[in-house]
Amino acid sequence: MNKKVLMKGNEAIAEASVRAGLAGYFGYPITPQNEFTAYMSYHMPAKGRAFVQAESEVAAINMVYGAAATGCRVMTSSSSPGIALMQEAISYMCGAEVPAVIVNIMRGGPGLGNIGPSQGDYNQATRGGGNGDYKMIVYAPSTVQEAVDLTYNAFDVADKYKIPVFILGDGALGQMAEPVLLPEEKPVMKGDQGWGLSGAKGREPRAVMSLRLAEGELRKHNWNLAAKFERIAEAETKYELTDTDYDVLVTAFGTAARVAKTAVRQLREQGIKAALFRPVTICPFPYAALADAAKQAKKVLVAEMNTGQMLFDVKVAVEGAAPVEFMGCPGGESFSPEEIAAKIKEMQG
Amino acid sequence: MSIVFQKPESLTDKTTIFCPGCSHGIIHRLVGEALDELELRETTVGVAPVGCGVLLYEYFRTDIVEAPHGRAPALATGIKRVRPDLTVFSYQGDGDLASIGMAEIMHAANRGEMITVIFVNNANYGMTGGQMAPTTLPGQKTTTTPTGRDCATHGSPFRMAEIMGALDPVVYSARVSAATPAKIMKAKRAVKKAFQNQKENRGFSFVEVLSTCPTNWGMTPVDAVQFVEKDMEAYYPLGVFRDACGGEK
Ligand SMILES: Cc1ncc(C[n+]2csc(CCOP(=O)(O)OP(=O)(O)O)c2C)c(N)n1
Ligand code: SF4
Repeated sequence: MNKKVLMKGNEAIAEASVRAGLAGYFGYPITPQNEFTAYMSYHMPAKGRAFVQAESEVAAINMVYGAAATGCRVMTSSSSPGIALMQEAISYMCGAEVPAVIVNIMRGGPGLGNIGPSQGDYNQATRGGGNGDYKMIVYAPSTVQEAVDLTYNAFDVADKYKIPVFILGDGALGQMAEPVLLPEEKPVMKGDQGWGLSGAKGREPRAVMSLRLAEGELRKHNWNLAAKFERIAEAETKYELTDTDYDVLVTAFGTAARVAKTAVRQLREQGIKAALFRPVTICPFPYAALADAAKQAKKVLVAEMNTGQMLFDVKVAVEGAAPVEFMGCPGGESFSPEEIAAKIKEMQG
Repeated sequence: MSIVFQKPESLTDKTTIFCPGCSHGIIHRLVGEALDELELRETTVGVAPVGCGVLLYEYFRTDIVEAPHGRAPALATGIKRVRPDLTVFSYQGDGDLASIGMAEIMHAANRGEMITVIFVNNANYGMTGGQMAPTTLPGQKTTTTPTGRDCATHGSPFRMAEIMGALDPVVYSARVSAATPAKIMKAKRAVKKAFQNQKENRGFSFVEVLSTCPTNWGMTPVDAVQFVEKDMEAYYPLGVFRDACGGEK
């Protein structure tokens, strides 16, 4: 019988990845995700799988790129400045259509900032981040259990669409311990899915590359990538709406959403009609679902641990159906439920 | 009639786009012959650089992945770690390997990754139009050293084969030249040995090949070969700088 175990976010996500059939982990230490790297350094070799502490995030993500090009399930994890260094290779992987899972346990920025929980990398994650015309799938879990489930499934989604998938958490998610139900262990996923590099035995040689020199080739390729992302948006967009009757609709993701949920619950007990709309995929963003939900709202509140990044997407979705207000917390720290509750009360008038 | 000379099976029939007199084509051939002779073609993944070697997938009948500029040793590491059964080589220019990718090559070598690195030293950046490389000779003119490389401000050229040879985990490091038929034959033996080492699970092998870039040097192919023999070989001595597995095979 599978029973719940108490695990720190970072270690739980790492264990979920191992159980998803991970063949290799490549990473470089950075707070607040160090438990992740440490966990992998023990558990991967213990199962005869690859672990490398790379010399930098640049090297780590390129090891992921190489290993993933063989068709194996591989991943890396890092935090904000480290992810910034990985953007070059992520762009290559998107261009070359190579699947992998990349975990960003965000900290405060810009620059070295601080190591507190922050949502300052929303734009970086959802707008590409590296050069060129591409998007990735970005999951924003708000509990350790959800992080475990999304990560486990992220490998399937990555393989299905041949695309890197991001898990965007923050220091709070990575560092908190919660009881979790762990998924079943899959055998290590290696081998030929019809595109990976495995030596050209008995078949034509294959190339994994992002270079498209011939006239019109890149244009065609980029349209194909865009069409692929349309399909992803149709099939993989995820969100949560807590209630059906509300005056104020709070939109938030990740840790901010978890806090907002508590605020909404408290307010509803007091008879105040608030609800939470939480994008689980922040890319593809649930535009249609939010547009629909916003129709019933008198006001929409965006609460983010930054100076207003998802705000842009919310405004695009709401499209004037209701006034949108913003509250931000950009210092590498989180809101309290009371702060959000007070803001909702104020908006209710 | 018996066939006395033919194209290696590991190479395609495509005509390369290298400039006339460029050694890249010769070095491709040496790698192709080594793969053929060691029967490695069907188990090999090559890692292409950014630079004039970028089109490896056009010319090799092996699986190829194309790395970001300088990162080929990291990709090769990733491949070899999850698929130790594959033969993995990177093929890199001097800008790629000794400038932007210096960290990746140093660390891959120092971890003793079970890969083969072919390093094409043509003393400049070919693809981007002849700028200074970390290997540009003192006094050598390039588009970014118009009055010649001045070591006091530009630093001194890196001797990569010696640097690789100084690292304990490296099993083989050699510098060869593609300037004359006799030297090319020697280069062939070094390249083959570097693959043989991998085949026999010995460790990290590195072969630096002194190469021409007549286009950016502003020389005829003949002058370019003479530049390699006279100037480059003087600064970059040919030889084996580490051989942990014993004499040439
Ligand atoms: C990140 C990045 N920086 C710069 C470039 C531009 N670039 C392309 S090839 C090259 C130099 C290649 O020179 P080298 O490695 O010596 O190879 P060669 O062309 O001489 O064979 C540079 C700087 C790039 N593509 N990517
Ligand atoms: S630019 Fe130089 S290195 Fe590149 S193909 Fe031409 S001669 Fe060779």
